[in-house]
Parts: sequence; C-alpha cells; structure tokens
Amino acid sequence: MLKTRIFKGTRWLALGSLVLLDGCSLTNSPLLDPAGPVGRSEMHLIVIAFLLMLIPVIPVIVMTFWFARRYRASNTNATYKPNWAHSNKIELVVWMIPILIVAGLSVLSWITTHKLNPYKRLVVKQNGVAVKSLPIDVIALNWKWLFIYPEQHLATVNQMVIPVGTPLNIHLTSDTVMTSFFIPRLGTQIYAMAGMMTRLNLLASRAGTFTGLNTQISGVGFSKMHFKVIAMKPQGFATWVAKVHRSPKQLDFATYRKLEKPSLVNPVTYYSDVSPNTLFSDVIAKYTQGRKLTSAQEQLALRSFRSSH
Amino acid sequence: MFGKLTLSAIPYHAPIIMGAVAFTMLGALIIAGLISYYGKWGYLWREWLTSVDHKKIGIMYIILAFVMLLRGISDAIMMRTQQAMSFGPDHGYLPPDHYQQIFSAHGTIMILFVAMPFIVGLMNVVVPLQIRARDVAFPFMNSLSFWLTVAGAMLIMVSLGVGDFSRAGWTGYPPLSGIHYSPGTGVDYWDWAIQLSGIGTLMTGINFTVTILRMRPPGMTLMKMPIFTWSVLCTAILIMLAFPPLTVTLAMLSLDRYLGMHFFTNTLGGDVMLYANLFWIWGHPEVYIVILPAFGVYSEVVATLCGKRLFGYTTMVWATAVITILSFSVWLHHFFTMGASSAVNSVFSITTMLIAIPTGVKIFNWLFTMYRGKVRFETPMLWTLAFLVLFPLGGMSGVMLALPGADFVLHNSEFLVAHFHNVLITGTLFGMFAGYSYWFPKAFGFGLDEKWGRRAFWAWIIGFVMAFAPLYVLGFLGMTRRLNHYTNPAWHPWLEIAFVGTMVVVLGIVFQIVQLVVSVRNRERTRDVTGDYWQNGRTLEWATASPAPFYNFATIDPVHEIDEFMYLKEKGIAYKEPKQYRDIHMPRNTPAGFVLGGLSFVLGFGLIWHIWWLVVLSALATLVTVIVRAMNDDVDYYVPAAEVQQIEEARFKQLKETDPLLSGQALQHTHTPVILVHEAQQS
Repeated sequence: MLKTRIFKGTRWLALGSLVLLDGCSLTNSPLLDPAGPVGRSEMHLIVIAFLLMLIPVIPVIVMTFWFARRYRASNTNATYKPNWAHSNKIELVVWMIPILIVAGLSVLSWITTHKLNPYKRLVVKQNGVAVKSLPIDVIALNWKWLFIYPEQHLATVNQMVIPVGTPLNIHLTSDTVMTSFFIPRLGTQIYAMAGMMTRLNLLASRAGTFTGLNTQISGVGFSKMHFKVIAMKPQGFATWVAKVHRSPKQLDFATYRKLEKPSLVNPVTYYSDVSPNTLFSDVIAKYTQGRKLTSAQEQLALRSFRSSH
Repeated sequence: MFGKLTLSAIPYHAPIIMGAVAFTMLGALIIAGLISYYGKWGYLWREWLTSVDHKKIGIMYIILAFVMLLRGISDAIMMRTQQAMSFGPDHGYLPPDHYQQIFSAHGTIMILFVAMPFIVGLMNVVVPLQIRARDVAFPFMNSLSFWLTVAGAMLIMVSLGVGDFSRAGWTGYPPLSGIHYSPGTGVDYWDWAIQLSGIGTLMTGINFTVTILRMRPPGMTLMKMPIFTWSVLCTAILIMLAFPPLTVTLAMLSLDRYLGMHFFTNTLGGDVMLYANLFWIWGHPEVYIVILPAFGVYSEVVATLCGKRLFGYTTMVWATAVITILSFSVWLHHFFTMGASSAVNSVFSITTMLIAIPTGVKIFNWLFTMYRGKVRFETPMLWTLAFLVLFPLGGMSGVMLALPGADFVLHNSEFLVAHFHNVLITGTLFGMFAGYSYWFPKAFGFGLDEKWGRRAFWAWIIGFVMAFAPLYVLGFLGMTRRLNHYTNPAWHPWLEIAFVGTMVVVLGIVFQIVQLVVSVRNRERTRDVTGDYWQNGRTLEWATASPAPFYNFATIDPVHEIDEFMYLKEKGIAYKEPKQYRDIHMPRNTPAGFVLGGLSFVLGFGLIWHIWWLVVLSALATLVTVIVRAMNDDVDYYVPAAEVQQIEEARFKQLKETDPLLSGQALQHTHTPVILVHEAQQS
C-alpha cells in the first residue's frame, strides 16, 4: 500500500505547474481536482509518472538543440569525428537510463494497478466502524443511463444521487452496445457491456454536482449521453430517497420496455419502486439465453477476484 | 437487380457531401483532361499502370498517400470546425450521423491509406536500391499489392457519393458495427476497403521479407544491411504476423453481418470482448509497422546529413528487433477499462512500458550520431530534429496511458487523441516527409525546393503544436473523444485554438504542393548528375544514377561495409566503370495487377450492396485473370549487354563532363553548400 502522505506535496506541485501553463482554467480540471480518493490517487499517479518521464525527456530535448547548434556544419571550431560510432560507456548509459526509469515505473504500475482495481471494495471507517456501502446497479441504454438502487427499491434516469463518504458498490451492464461509464471528478471509468456485469467502486468525499458520461462511441445519441451526479450529505440523501419514494412512477417490465427504446436527452425521471427486484440481472439474462448469473457462478467469480488480492 | 442499391443511396439532400463529391470529380476530370490533352494515356498505361518496376510502384504508392492525405485532412478540417462551433445552443453544421462518418473515415484513411501507402512506397523506392537488387522478389505481386490498396482507397472514395461510411469509429467495435446496430452499408464499405488493402499489404510483407532475405548481394550479411533495410525487414515480418489476424477478424465480422452468425453479437454467445482482443492483436503491431520504417528513415537522414557513421548500429538493429517482438505483447493496453484483473492489467502495462526502453535507446543513438558530426539543416534533417524534440513528448503521454491507474481516467479522452496524433504525426508522418525530401532526388533526378520545404516545415510544426497541445489540456478537462456537441464552456477556447492549428497545418500542406510545383519548374537547377545528391550519401542507393536505370545496377558487385558507398568513395572506386557488361534478367510489365485491382474493387462494391450477380461475375473474372496470368510463361526478358553498356557509358560520359576529377572524389555541386568528405575528415 502506498502511503497517501508521500503524495500530498505532488498535488500542489501539479496544480502549481499547470497554473503556470494556463492561467486558471486547468485548476477546474476534474482530473486534477478530484472529489474522491480514487480520482485523487489517479491524479497522484499521473503527476509522479509525468515527473519521472521528465528525467529522460528534458535531457533529450536539450541535447537535440545543443548538438544541433554546437555541431552545425558552419561551425568550424567544433570537433568532427566522422567515423566515431561506438562507445561502450555511452551505450551503457543510454540503456541504463530507460531501463531504470521503466523499472521504477513498472513497480509503480504493479502497486497502483492493484491498489486502484475498480473491483476492489473501498473501506471507510467512522468511529472505528466500517461504513456500509451503497450498492447501485447501472444499465446503459440508448442514449441514457438507468440507475437502480436495489436496497432503496428505487430507480432514476440520467441522475445519480449519492451520499458523501459512503463507498459506492456499482454494478454495470448494458442493454445496447458497449459503453464506458465515467464520472471524471470521482475517477476510474469502466465498460458496461451487454450480457455481462462489470463492477466499479467509487467514493465521493465532498458534496457537489458532477458530470458523468459515456466515453465509448455508441451511435447518434453518443454526445448527449451524459448525466448529473449529485453528492449530498447522508441526511440529504435520506431526504432525497424519501422524495423519490413519493414519485407516482414505478419501474416494471412494461415501463422498462418503453424506456429502453432509443431516445435523446431523456429528462431526469424518478421511479418509486422497481419490480421485479431482479430487473438488473434480468437485463443481463436477455443476452445469455435466459441463463442468469447463478449464485454459484457469482461465488466463483468472487473467489477468483479475492484470490487475486 | 442492384441489391440494396437504389438512387436514394446518393445523398442529393446533403449539400456538404455533394460539394465534396463534385470537388473530387472535378479534380479527377481535370487530371483526365490534362492526360488527354497531352496524349499521355498510352504512356501512362505502358510505363506506369502496368509497370512492375519497384521504383514506379513506390512512386505511385506515395502519390496515393498524398491524395488520400488531402481527403484525410479535409475530414480533420470538418471535425475541427464542428467542434469549434458546436458549443452550447449552437449545434454546428454537422449532424451526429455525418460527424461520426467523418471521424471513422479520418482514422481509417490516415492509418491505412496514408501512413501505409507512404511507408510501402518508400520501401519500394529504396530497399532494392539499398541492397543492390534488380527489383523485389515478386515484381508482379508487388503490382498486385499496389492495385489492391488502390481498390480499397477507391471504395472509401465511392462511399462519399454512393451510400455512406461506417459510423463505428476506425476500430469498428461491435456490437455497434454489427448488423443490428449498423444495418446500412457504411460498415461494409469500411470492412471491404480494409480487407482489400490488407491483403495487398500482407503480400507486400511477404515480398519484402523474401527480397531482403534472398536478394542481397554477396558480402552483405544481415549485420551489414543498411539500417533502413533492417527496419523494413522487421516491418515486413510484423506485417506477415499481424495482418492475418485482421483479415480473419474482419471476415468474422462479415459473417456476423452477412450470414447472421454470432461471433461478436450481444446475443447467442457472441463476445464483443473477443473482437477488441483480436482487433488490437493486429492494431498494436500496426503502430510499429508504421513507425519502424520512419525510425529507419531518421537513421539514414541523420547519418548522411551529419556526415557521420550511425552511432551504435548494432544497438539500433537489436532495438528494432526487440520492438518487433515486444509489439505483440501489449495489445490489452487498449482496453484496461474492460474489467480485467489487476494482475493482467499490470503485466500488459509493464510490457508496454518495456517498449520505451529500445525506443529511448534509439533516440539517444540519433543524438550521438549528431554529436561530433557536421549537422546540415536541409529539410530532411529539419523533420528529424522536430521528431527528436516532439516525439519524446508523445512517448511520455504514452507511458502515462500505459499505467492502468492513469488510463482509467484518460482512456477515450482527448488526451488519448493528442497522444496518438503526437506519436503518429511527429513519428511516422514527419519520418515519411523526411524520407520524401531525402529520396526525392533519387526517384526523379532533381531535388525539392529548400525554401518552400522550410516554409512547409514551420507551418506543420506550429500547426501541429497548436492543434494538439490543446487536446492534451482538454483531456484533463474531462473531454471525451468523438463528441459532435458539448456544453462545457471551459472546453471551447481550447477547441478554437486547435481549429486555428489545423488551418496552419493545412497551410503547410499547401506549401508542400507549392514546393512540388516550384521544384519541377526549377528542376534543371537542382539536377542530380552524380546520383549522390546529398554528396555525403553512405549507402548503395546513392551509387547508381538518379533516377536509377530500370535495372538499378549494371553489375552486382560484392559488398564490404554497412556504408558501402562511403567505403567505395573513400577507396576511390565509387565511379569506376565495370570491365564487362552482361545481359540483365528483368520482369516484363503486365496489366494483370491493374485488372485484378479493378475486379476486386467491383467485387467489393457488389458485396457492399448485396448485388450478388456482380459478385459472382467479378469473382469468376478474378479467377480467370489469375489462371490466365499463371499460364503466361512470357513474364521476363533479358536486357542485352550492349543496351546496358550504352546506358551506362552515357552516364559515365556525363559524370566526367560534370567533374573531370571524378574517380575517388566526392563531386561538387553548385546548388548546396559543399562539404567534401575527404577535406572534412582531415580537419
């Protein structure tokens, strides 16, 4: 496990250098000013990799200008050795520099890839007790997103409301082509594919309204396939759940079939109930000849997942 | 009767498309008119269209690349204009349906019909000359490769006016590219265009592997091959290994689309992830197929224009070989976000970064070739210097994308778009431009105008930076690729800068066209009489006349050194007349390649529109043509020794008139600053 403390300074370094580059607009960057720990780790990783890569890149650029100027044909003072074409010392150095940097990056990659595994549950402790995570099932449709909250028995279209500080345990599938679910401020995107379930674990550590979108081309409505993510304090979330439960609309198969039809810029819709409870796995089963993800399969998948950690 | 094809397939109602069609047809008509006016149809047919001469095929490949570059850049202008406009309430001038066809065509064209023909063209022009061969191993197959590539390019051009093009991106991921979500003919245009040119490319791979392995002169061991030839050998091997998976993958997609099979569908056991894997098993080596020859060009240019042996030849060869092998172990990095386990993702991340090692070594070797050399700032060297400065930045963003943790937020973003344009433009395209200006005198006997070359160079560099630096920023602002409309105000100024940058690039292309016209007009001033245009030529292509006689070399002498021509010049025997001439065995021109290319175009068109009688007819005609060609034993002839002697003696006479002190001396030119090799070595 990498210690976050080591990286604390790098954030300021990153922001500082980018402010220099670009006045102020990049400080609004969702990637460089993330609203959750996943995005924050990813930003640190980007900054560290960037700085490590500067070690060989800056000398290369400097040497190009320097050699081109120093050894220009018109400079008769410069040494000219037309047949000098080998030096073990230089060879050693030019192999060692990239090898060492790539070795460092490889270690970094191995550690961070495991740390940032999107399937890995996030653990948040409050007063020594782990906060219960919130499961959300996401279905990508043409061209909108359906969010089912299985524990709250409610569903929304094109709006994902989440409590701050609660780990999100997201399951995704698609009832259309391959899509990629991404909330830039929270970090990590993952594909949603028909007949399959992918997972994503995110966490918002501050309140706010963020943009979520599909990043994988999916047909004419692709550019419009975004949604709002509203992160609120837990009490606010409870109020919101109560509000949705008062909605007259309910999501059943008939409604789902209508919803699933291609549409653009779907208004935000609340469904106070989802029936059957298995709608999410039923959508997956549509593409697997009715075979559902049995509990045995699920356990197997879970076991292989655990053994890789 | 005409399958799915009806008159409604022609988009009369879309003024932009019809304008483009009219423009293209007008261009074609003007060219046809000029050919008729000068009565050159017969010449064109006899000397070019039916030619099996590698030099002419190479030139035709490069013409194709430039023509398709104009189409590709037009697409780029349209996309940049759309993205600069379509912010907030303004939806721009392109509906999503049209916009998506444009970016799909742009990617397909730039990779498969600009980069590929350009590298294959340079390979054709240069490799047989560098290894003192008379032609490639299979001259007819070479012609067929070219015409199949043309057939593919023509299918894409036809899709402009008849029907539409794919909307599924250049990678054509199913199920979006499947029949359920793309029922039209667009994906089929994309599919068959790639299939035809892919088969052509595969044959090129076979051709050049055999040529390089079997047709080297005595004495030229593998480790004495010029470095460009080495990079082409690695490329040719990569082509042979990587293109069959592409052909098979697209065939499987066709089976899904035409026969209702389920390789890549959502339902009935189809697996979309399988397509992603198979596609990138071709797609990633393809990246190295287009970059390795460019690396080869830089190696030649930097040695010649710095008047110095290439630093670390052996290292360069091994670095190229390592890249060749590693390129097959990285494909999964294109979809780290597909849910693979951390172990799988990190392994592919590490293999990807390993490629940075040999690439980094190569860059240092080019730098140390400049070190203690005499750097001349002519256009090929300018492209090389720009590459050395800008390419490492693309490599840097590449390593960032190779880290799964970073890729999770950068995948599919404008940062990714900036990255691959950064490596493909400053790596491949600049390399091709360097090779174009470096070997142009060899192909045509006169040089390219330096002044306009410089102008084009600066426009390209400034335009490139302005067009793509903003995309890196946009990636961090959370902008995803392929959007035809957006509402985020923070993105808008950056997209406007990128638009201006693209227009500066267009200016660069205009300058390149002007450069060509000016160079042709001033050709007598830059006439290359010696064959050694840069005076510092090191490898054998500079040992023969410019342009090279159709048989390339009168005699096939043994080779002693990597830089054989430099060795001969130093020994004072570079321009020695051979004692005796012999008959030369040469392949005969044939229309078979052209005919087969034309027939496969018709076959492709029939398949796209489901015109089955046309499919059967053109398939039969193809078969008959192949049989007729195979039965033809009159495919070669001998150039009599007397004719060779006549051509060679004329050259030696001209050489002596140019410089009476010829034997052993480097020749003096008047049009460029002279660095005499021997004089320079003494200092």
